[in-house]
Amino acid sequence: MSQNNTLLRIEDLRLYFRTRQGVVQAVDGVDFKLGRNEAVVVLGESGCGKTSLARAVLRLLPRNVDTYSGHVYLDETDVMSLGDEEFRRNIRWVKMSMVPQAAMNALNPVLRVGEQVAEPMTAHYLADKDEALDQARRMFQHVGVPVDFLNRYAFELSGGMRQRAALAMALVTMPEMVFLDEPTSALDVLTQANIFNVLKRIKNDLEVSFILITHDIATSSELADRVAVMYAGQIVEMSDARRFFSDPLHPYSRMLMASVPRLKVEQEPTFITGHPPSLLGPPSGCRFADRCPSRFEKCVEEPPVIDEKGHQVKCWLYA
Amino acid sequence: MSVDVKRRESSDRVSLSEVGREREDGALLSVRDLRVWFELKRWGFLHAGYVHAVDGVNFDLHLGEAIGIVGESGCGKTTLMKTILGLYEPTDGEVSFAGSEVEAFGTQEMRTYRSAVGYVQQDPYGALPPFMDVQGILEEPMKIHGVKDSQQREQRIRDVMAEVKLTPIEDYVDKFPHMLSGGQQQRVVIARAMILEPRLIVADEPVSMLDASVRVEILRLLQGLQASHDLAVIYITHDLSTVRYFSEYIFVMYAGKLVERSRVNELLANPLHPYTEALLAATPDPDYRNALTQKEIPPGEPPSLVNPPSGCRFHPRCPHMMEGLCDVEEPPDFEPAPEHFAACWLHR
Repeated sequence: MSQNNTLLRIEDLRLYFRTRQGVVQAVDGVDFKLGRNEAVVVLGESGCGKTSLARAVLRLLPRNVDTYSGHVYLDETDVMSLGDEEFRRNIRWVKMSMVPQAAMNALNPVLRVGEQVAEPMTAHYLADKDEALDQARRMFQHVGVPVDFLNRYAFELSGGMRQRAALAMALVTMPEMVFLDEPTSALDVLTQANIFNVLKRIKNDLEVSFILITHDIATSSELADRVAVMYAGQIVEMSDARRFFSDPLHPYSRMLMASVPRLKVEQEPTFITGHPPSLLGPPSGCRFADRCPSRFEKCVEEPPVIDEKGHQVKCWLYA
Repeated sequence: MSVDVKRRESSDRVSLSEVGREREDGALLSVRDLRVWFELKRWGFLHAGYVHAVDGVNFDLHLGEAIGIVGESGCGKTTLMKTILGLYEPTDGEVSFAGSEVEAFGTQEMRTYRSAVGYVQQDPYGALPPFMDVQGILEEPMKIHGVKDSQQREQRIRDVMAEVKLTPIEDYVDKFPHMLSGGQQQRVVIARAMILEPRLIVADEPVSMLDASVRVEILRLLQGLQASHDLAVIYITHDLSTVRYFSEYIFVMYAGKLVERSRVNELLANPLHPYTEALLAATPDPDYRNALTQKEIPPGEPPSLVNPPSGCRFHPRCPHMMEGLCDVEEPPDFEPAPEHFAACWLHR
C-alpha cells in the first residue's frame, strides 16, 4: 500500500478509563493503517477493547477517561490535535462515521425513519430538510430499502431493514470511512448474508473504507481485505485476509481460528482454556502467555511487533 | 452417588421420569400434529385472526438422542419449545412425555414433569436472578421439589457443579451472577437445569451469547452430559454450523413448520428443501474468497404468520416454485431417502 493511498493511520493510540478498582487499559498502544476503499476487520473477544478502539478514533469518549493519547492521521492530518468543536464539525460523521452496536434497536421510535437518516445532513452540512431527505432517499436506494420506507416508523421495519437504515444514516454524509460495530450480530443467517451483500456493493459503488469490528470470524471473511486481531487491548496480528484465513501467525489467532465450527469442512473445533487477563493491571510481557501452548522463557518480556513477510505479528516466536 | 430426587414423589403416583427411564415404549417425547396459535384481538375483544406460530409439527425423541432445531427468528421454534415445556397450551395436536399427554397433567404431575425436563436459556445473565448466589440458585429447584434434607442438597450441588466443571467449587458457590464470566454463567444455568436429574434437556440457543472460544467448550459440556446421563436433548439454534458438532438429527423449521428432517451429516451433504439449501449457502466458513463474490440469497423475508402463504410457505421466495402446485397445495412430508424427510413438491 503506497503512502498516499493510506486513508487512516493510527499510531500508539491509548485509551484508559478510570474506575473504582483502578485504571482499565482498554486500548493500549495500537498502531493501525487503513487504505482507501479498503475493509479491515478487527477481530477479538468481548472485552478486548475493540469497541473502545472505534470510540477512541471517533472521539466518542465517556467521562471517566484517564489517558487518551497517540496520533490519528486522517489524510495525513493529525485529527487528535483538533479541538472538540472542530473535530465535531469537520471530522466526525463528515469524514468518518459509525454504525454502533445494536444501532437498529436504537432508532428513535417517535421519528420517521427518513427524518432520522437525514438528520446528520442538517447537522453537519446545514442542508435544508428537502435536500437532506433527497440524500436520505439516495442512501436508501444504495442500501436496498424501499424508498417509501422513509415515511415509516422504526417499529414498522423488520430487523434487517432497520439495520440497513442505520447503515444509511452512517453513509448519508458520504464519509470516507465507516466503523461497523457488530453490524449483524442480532440478525438471522439469511438477513446477515443480505447485509454483507449490501456492504460489498456499497464498498464498490461509493468507494468507502470500512473498519468492521466483530467477534464472528466466519462472517467477517465476507468483507475483509485485511484482518487485525485484538487481544487484551493490543493488536497482536495484522495480516491480509488471504493469508490470515488460511494461515494465521499468532498462537491466539490460530486457536481462535481452530475454534470456529465449520460447515463445509470436516474439522473438529477446539477451544481456548482460561480467560483473557484483566485490563485493570494486565500482566507484563506477552498478554496471551498464560493461555499459550507455545510459550517459552522469552514470553515474560513484552514481545515486539515483527514483520513476517509483510504481516505484522506481536509474538516472540517470529523474532 | 446422587440424590434421588424423583423417588420421593413416586410414592403415591407413578413418576413420569421413572417411566421415561425405561426404554420399553420407545419415544420419550412425542409431538403429534402440534399447532399453537395465538389469537389476535382488536380493541381488546374483537377477534382479528391468529398467529400460526406452530402449525403442524410432528416428531419423536428417544432417550439418549439429541436433535437440533434450526430456524430463523420468528419461525416458531421458541413457541414449539415453550409448548414442550408446558408453558403454552397446544391449540391442536398433542405433546406427550413418556406416553402421557402433557396438556392433561394435573398440578402434581406437572410438577413432576418439570423436574424431568431441564431448560437452558439463551441469555445466561438474564436467566439468573442477580440477587442470588450460585448456591441459592442451585438450591431453589430442590427446595421447590421437596428435597428437605439440606445436607443432601449441599451434596447434590457439589456433584452437579463438579459435573459442569465449576471447580474448585468453593470459588464459585458464594458468587453472584455478575461476578462470573459469560461462560461460567452459562455453566450455572446448565447446572440448574441438571440439578433435578432430568431426562430431557431443552436448550434454547445456549451459546449464541458467548464468545467463539467459549462456545465450543459449552457445547462439548452439554454433549458430555448428554452421553453420561443418557439424556434426550433438544437444541434450538439459528446457527447451522454448531449443530453438526452437537446433535445426530437436525430439523429445519420455517414459518411454523418443520420443512426438513434428517441425520445431520446426510442433511449437510445432501440438502433437499430449497430453504435448507439457502441456509447452507448463507452460512459462511472463514475463507477470504467470501469477500470476492455476492451471495445468492432468496429474496424477501419470512412470511407473516398471521396470513401465511397458501400452499408451501416458502413458495414466494423459492427459486424452484412450480406454479399451480406449490402455491396451491401444501406439500406433505416426502421421504426421498431413508430417514430423510422433506416437505417439498420437488421430491414427490
